[in-house]
Amino acid sequence: MATAAAHQTYGAEEAGAGTAAYERAFDAAVAADERIEPRDWMPDAYRATLVRQMAQHAHSEIIGMQPEANWITRAPSLRRKAILMAKVQDEAGHGLYLYSAAETLGTSREELLDKLHAGRQKYSSIFNYPTLTWADVGAIGWLVDGAAITNQVPLCRCSYGPYARAMVRICKEESFHQRQGYELLLALSRGTPEQHAMAQDAVDRWWWPSLMMFGPPDDESAHSAQSMTWKIKRHSNDELRQRFVDICVPQAESLGLALPDPDLKWNEERQHYDFGPIDWSEFKEVLKGNGPCNEQRLTQRRRAHEEGAWVREAAAAYAAKHNDTTGAMQA
Amino acid sequence: MTAAPATPVPTTAALALGDDALVLSHRLGEWAGHAPVLEEEVALANIALDLLGQARVLLSMVGDEDELAYLREERSFRNLQLVEQPNGDFAHTIARQLYFSTYQHLLYTELAAGDGQFAGLAAKAVKEVAYHRDHAEQWTLRLGDGTDASRERMQRATAALWRFTGEMFQPVEGLDVDLSALEAAWLEAVGGVLRRATLTVPEGPRSGAWTAGAGRQGVHTESFGRMLAEMQHLHRSHPGASW
Amino acid sequence: MTNTDWPLWEVFVRSRRGLAHTHAGSLHAPDAEFALRNARDLYTRRGEGVSIWVVPSAAITASSPDEKDPFFEPAADKPYRHPTFYEIPEGVKHL
Repeated sequence: MATAAAHQTYGAEEAGAGTAAYERAFDAAVAADERIEPRDWMPDAYRATLVRQMAQHAHSEIIGMQPEANWITRAPSLRRKAILMAKVQDEAGHGLYLYSAAETLGTSREELLDKLHAGRQKYSSIFNYPTLTWADVGAIGWLVDGAAITNQVPLCRCSYGPYARAMVRICKEESFHQRQGYELLLALSRGTPEQHAMAQDAVDRWWWPSLMMFGPPDDESAHSAQSMTWKIKRHSNDELRQRFVDICVPQAESLGLALPDPDLKWNEERQHYDFGPIDWSEFKEVLKGNGPCNEQRLTQRRRAHEEGAWVREAAAAYAAKHNDTTGAMQA
Repeated sequence: MTAAPATPVPTTAALALGDDALVLSHRLGEWAGHAPVLEEEVALANIALDLLGQARVLLSMVGDEDELAYLREERSFRNLQLVEQPNGDFAHTIARQLYFSTYQHLLYTELAAGDGQFAGLAAKAVKEVAYHRDHAEQWTLRLGDGTDASRERMQRATAALWRFTGEMFQPVEGLDVDLSALEAAWLEAVGGVLRRATLTVPEGPRSGAWTAGAGRQGVHTESFGRMLAEMQHLHRSHPGASW
Repeated sequence: MTNTDWPLWEVFVRSRRGLAHTHAGSLHAPDAEFALRNARDLYTRRGEGVSIWVVPSAAITASSPDEKDPFFEPAADKPYRHPTFYEIPEGVKHL
């Protein structure tokens, strides 16, 4: 039977007696590096993992607007102001792409936002740190976006089609984010002594939290192994973290800024940089809600949503009156 | 940014147009992270970026864009009082957008059709502004003709900002457009949208003696000083630095 | 659907003249006019398009994965529909 709505999906219940056959087909498709599409049969746990991960990713994009939007009104030149506005706008856009990808699995954006607002779904802990100076905008671009890109590029080959396609678009757009951050820090580093100090201070504060963005060490990561089998995830947390450190060290040298880790040094044998221990107790505290900005970020998000309710209602009411929700349009 | 024109660009006019765009862009930028729905985050930022782009071209015609934006005192800004008004709720922002973008669209259409100093800029900007105007009209219709609550908010917003609209049609030195002639078209356009949105066209005065010549002469409203303090603080804290 | 839950729309973008509209993604909008505008802001802000279609997601009828075999497999064993099926002597041109 053909079914209306491209996004309607099939769960195990509908599959009924044929579940085992479906499961074999699913496993074979994943093993053969084929993409899973919304209406394909998929294990419930695969669906749940994807919804959780895409939602968390989408939430991170929209919460992540806040620390940077914090500086839009104070950007020190009109060029920087335009760049920052465009970047924060991209983050809203990326949130939209990702909510759309999550919706292909039958979970509405409204539902996901409700969970975020109720604290039942997480966003990246990095955004619970404050942006205290202008240089933080640069450090976020270089380190936080850099870490995000390292994480996200492999997601472009994620087994779930809509997620992979959203990530292709996002990664294309993100490359400007990292470069503008690096350029911003470079201008500060080569600027006045006060500007240089501002840049160093920002790197000192953002370096370790950026390393934590790759998640707990592999032996403690709750979902990693299954996600790797399903090809939702392609590389382990530690592998990606090491890749990021290796990329950043020479970049920091070119910037003329120090990375705040006395143990950081090249290991000839491993052909990688060694780095010092990460303070996972801080990570856990921030994750639990005790970071500097957890409360503030969620409060602002909830307020924007609540204060916008009358606007969304008005538009829906207008559409109902003018009976204009169906029928394709063209421009 | 732009090659120096053969005849000098009229400073007052460039500042008037440039400051309008700069200040409104700044106000719209304040919405980032606060918009009523994600799609609107993207839309408001697009408009803010268009305006900021226009401001940079206009200010660069008569000086260094950053010096002009960050180092002038409040009394030297030539923008309309309308564009500096705080965002208020979404209805106030949309009313401000409706009033200003309708004006800017009419004005830039005239400028683009002429052969003055601003014709080139206006020809490009008029397409952007047409979209801003459409955005404002679409939202005015939905807020006005949406729910009872939204109609009340939109009615209040259109009335509150009405008194800042007379200033738009005062002559600007060096601007080769008969602004007073645009007023009728503006009233007709805005009135039409408001009526279609089931709103009452405000009846109050559209300018008053208290405005003392208002924004175009460098007289602003209280919130503007605070806006500039925020905007200029970092730049002024590091004299001579590059960013 | 609650009052504030705007319907989902699918967005198709023509990237330049001469090409077909292709699916770009989806978004929420209260009505068709806003769906078009939101699509313009979201999916063409880097100059990716010259024309946009928006279609309510609910209006799309899709083939189901269950029908994959009867729908698509019969087409797989008709190689004579493809030009590579035919052998042409070497040297013959414009064929």
